[in-house]
This record gives sequence, structure tokens and C-alpha cells, in this order.
Amino acid sequence: MYALLVVVVLMLMLPFAWVLFGSFKSQGEFMANPGAWLPESFAFVQNYVVLFTEKGFGPFLVNSLIVSAAAVAGNLVFSSMAGYALAKLKFRGSKIIFIAVVGAMTVPYVAIFVPQFLVIVQMGLVDTLTAIILPVLIMPIAVFIMRQFALGVPDELLEAARIEGAGEFRIFFRIFLPLVGPALATVGILTFMYSWNYFLWPLIVAQSSSVYTLPVGLAVASQTANTTAFGVLLAGAMVVLLPVLIVFLFLQRYFIQGVATTGLK
Amino acid sequence: MASLDTRVGGPVTRRSSAPPASAVTSSGSQRPVSPRGQKRLSFSHNRIGWIFVAPLVIILSLFTVLPAVIALAMSFTDIGAADLRDPFAVNFTAFDTFIQVLTDQTFLRALFNTTLFVVISVPLTVGIAFVLALILNNGIRRLKSFFRAAIYLPVITNIVAAAVIWQYAFTVTGPVNAGLETLSIHGPNWLGDPVWAVPTVAALGIWRNIGTCMIFFLAGLQGIPEEVEEAASMDGAGYWGRVLHMTIPLLRPTTLLVMILMTVSFLNIFDEPYLVTHGGPLGSTQSLALWVYEQFGYGNIAPSMAGSFILLALVGIIAAVQFRVLRPKH
Repeated sequence: MYALLVVVVLMLMLPFAWVLFGSFKSQGEFMANPGAWLPESFAFVQNYVVLFTEKGFGPFLVNSLIVSAAAVAGNLVFSSMAGYALAKLKFRGSKIIFIAVVGAMTVPYVAIFVPQFLVIVQMGLVDTLTAIILPVLIMPIAVFIMRQFALGVPDELLEAARIEGAGEFRIFFRIFLPLVGPALATVGILTFMYSWNYFLWPLIVAQSSSVYTLPVGLAVASQTANTTAFGVLLAGAMVVLLPVLIVFLFLQRYFIQGVATTGLK
Repeated sequence: MASLDTRVGGPVTRRSSAPPASAVTSSGSQRPVSPRGQKRLSFSHNRIGWIFVAPLVIILSLFTVLPAVIALAMSFTDIGAADLRDPFAVNFTAFDTFIQVLTDQTFLRALFNTTLFVVISVPLTVGIAFVLALILNNGIRRLKSFFRAAIYLPVITNIVAAAVIWQYAFTVTGPVNAGLETLSIHGPNWLGDPVWAVPTVAALGIWRNIGTCMIFFLAGLQGIPEEVEEAASMDGAGYWGRVLHMTIPLLRPTTLLVMILMTVSFLNIFDEPYLVTHGGPLGSTQSLALWVYEQFGYGNIAPSMAGSFILLALVGIIAAVQFRVLRPKH
């Protein structure tokens, strides 16, 4: 039984092996021995160098960092506010808003990306990082997660603070937020991963390469490149993969728990 | 606390009389409250509630609700790319566009391809995930989180990067075929042959989704009380007998969730075929979502929108049917 597990896991890990090894191969190696798995030398870092010097991945990296930082910050603040309000504050329309949030999670992206683009055009924000950031500033799934966790916070704590005269914002920041640390961690990780891997919308919005994020840069490079020149592309893939990989390896517990609990609810 | 209660009159009144100070300021300033003021009305919760959700409502309306409405409106017209300058001058065509789409050859081909994707991918993804969850649930504690992380890794992998890897790995002379050669199997042209492109693209989708399903199954398995398991094993049922007659029925809610999630996912499949084969070769991997995207690229906006709503309807219907069929019978 464990043998089966090991075999399956090995097979799942194969693509990572391919990209790791392939990113260290020179063009000559690809031509001469295309089927080889291992590179001749792990010291061959030219592909990575080319990425940043010729392919302009430096700015792409910066753009991706900006987008992800903004998305994480935005969600940690605004999504938690919204989730808290939807769970703990009784106000007219909260039911409808929650339904809209759930609906937004199920709508296929292909249906709305076109009008979404038209909206951005009307706002005059085409080809800006702002346009890339705005739709992910508050993610429905983040609001959903925060709401679920907020429901678990005892009302008495909040009521006690209200009776003492604390305003809602104070209650939110001083009492609620400290209580939902794991949820915030989950939201932060989820948002980081989603915004970092985000590719379709940035691809549509960006018209000039100065606004490309990493996935867009890689997508454009792979669509236009001569597809036998894989070394640089695979190096690009590694650069895109690594940050998320690292974050995941350290924080997987929160992430996986978050996925499981929200899914089941 | 007790004296406060009697003055306010019990929990109900207490809840509806949120800090009177903020009733005036509505933004949570911390002015001390006089106990007498606690019988104020609850409209303060309304205002503060809306302030808290304001950012969400703005973003959601602008970028999800509004576009959805516009898309729907567009699908009832014959709007084309040239009309975008003056969008209100188009003709209202009611359901004509929908009919046009439903009788379009390329759309029907995309429908066929998408069905193929779903039929191939969903059972494999769910099945493999289930088996893995079973094994992991009975496995060694220490290595469990390692395997769980390893299996989940593909889920968080950037799709563009994964597609690049796929394009590299499955070229005719790439690592996959090289590996097969050592087993004396001559691998086909995975990406260039219309017949083989579909499973290759599907494989990417399967690879990326096994982790998610497995996590759900693991959570579901952990929800099965130990007494039930012990009772079953004392009945003398063999392991697989137990799995078949006890575990699987008990996991019905989880299975329902996973099946619906995966079906919806694969019905909407876009990234994988777009990035790996661009819908080719010869249109063999063009999914419905990809069709919608390409139609927009050609300037056929109304058909594109109509197609997307047909897809939406399809997803809704199939999800509803699955819900009916797999619903836990209580």
C-alpha cells in the first residue's frame, strides 16, 4: 500500500524534477540530447541570467511583488472587515451581500472578463498595475473564510466591549482580529498564492511589457519563443514557482486547514 | 452586570442598543457611555455595518456584478467589436444569438471536447485522490504531512509554469518519451496529435486537482468516528469490504462536494488548453471557455457572451443534477 503511495507521489513530483533539471541545460544540450533528464552541470546558470538581462524578468518580478503585496494587504484588511460585518453585525442587506459573495465565487471567469475589461477601459485604467490589483483587492473566497471564522467568535466578548463603550472599529481591531489569527494566516497565504499565480486578467489588461507580472511575462515568452529553446523558459518557470513553493512549505498547515474547513462548510 | 441587565431589560434589548455613542458618530469613537443611553435604536449597526462592507460592495459591484449584467445584456443583442464605440446603437435580437451559437459547428466541437475533458478527468481525479486519502489516513503519522504536502504541491503551482513544463516534457523527443523508450515503448506525439493532445492536456488538469480533492477526502475520513471503524472491523469484514460498504457511503457528503467542484472546474477548463496547445491541434483541445475567449478575439462579442451564459447554464444544470443524485439520504 505504501509502495503505491510512493509511486504515485513520485509521479506527481516528476514535473518538478523536469523543470529543475531542464532549467540548467544549455541550448546545445537540448539539441544534442533532448530526452536526457539530468543536465550536464548544475552550474550552468546562463538561463537564469538571460531571463533577467534579456527577457526583462526583473521588472516583472517587481510588478508581481507589488500586486501580491497589495492584494494580501487589501484582503487582510477589507475582507476581514467584510467577513466580520457579515457574521457579527446585523444590518439590512447583509444577507444579499453574502449571497452575492457566494455567487461571485461560482461565476465562471470567462463570462465576465470581457465586460470587466470594458469597465476598466471606461475607468481609463487599461495597462496599469492598478487595474490588475483592483479585482483581487478583495477576494470573495477571503470574505467567505473570514465570515466562517467570525461566526465562531463568541458574541459575548463583542457585546461586553460594546457595553463598555468601545466603538465598532476598536472592537474589530483590538478584540476580533487577535482572535482570528489562523484565519488571517489562511487568507494571507491564499491571497498571496492566488495573486502571484494570477495570469489571465493581467494578460488581458496589460498592453505594454512594463506592466507585465511574472506569469504574464512567462506566458508571452512561451507563446512567442521558439519552443525548442526551453532552457530559459524553464528557468522562468522556476522563478515563478519558487516564492509560492517556499511560502507553502513553511505555512502549509494553515493553508491546508483553511481549504478543508471552508470546503466542508 | 446583573444591575445592568435589569435596567436594559434582557438580552434582546441589549443587543439592539449598540453603543449609543457610536449612534451619533457612527464610526466607533470611544466616548464613555452612560448606562441610561442604552435604549437607543439599532440603526447604528446599519451604518457601521455598511461602512465595514463598503470596500467589498464597491469592488464586487464594479468588477463582478456589473460585468455579469453587461455580459447578459450583450448576449441578447448582435453587438460586435466595431459596435463598442457606440454600444447602445446595436440591435436587440432576443434569442437569435443564442440559437446562432448553439448551431455553430465550432461551438458544438468545443462542447464535445469539453465533455471529453470532463469524462476523462473527473473520475480519474476523484478516484486517485480518494485512494491516496485512504492510504494517507492509515499511514505513518510522521511522514503523513510530508506526503500530504507533496501531493498538494501541484495545486499551488503556477499554471503558466506548469504549462511550460508540460510543453517541454511532452514534446516528441522530451523526457516523457525518453523515459518510455527505456521501457521500449515508443511514445506518440503527445502535443501534436489531435487524438493524444486531449489526454495530455487533461493530465495537466488532473495533476493540478488531485491535491484539492485529497484534502477534502482526508477531512471527511477524519470525520468518521473510530467506534464505527472498530465495529466494522470486528464484524470480520475484510479491508476492502469495509471500504466499499462502510467508508464510501459515509463519505457521501464529501464525495458530493468533490464531484461537483471538479465537474464545475473541468467544465470551465480554460488555462490548460489555452496555455499548452492553444486549443489545437486542429481544434481538438478547444474547450467551451476557450471558444468564448477566441470568439471575443475575433470580435464576435455577442456570440461570445451568449456562449458564456450557455456554459454557465450548463454548469448550473449539471451541478444541480449531481446534487440530486449524490445527495446524502437522511
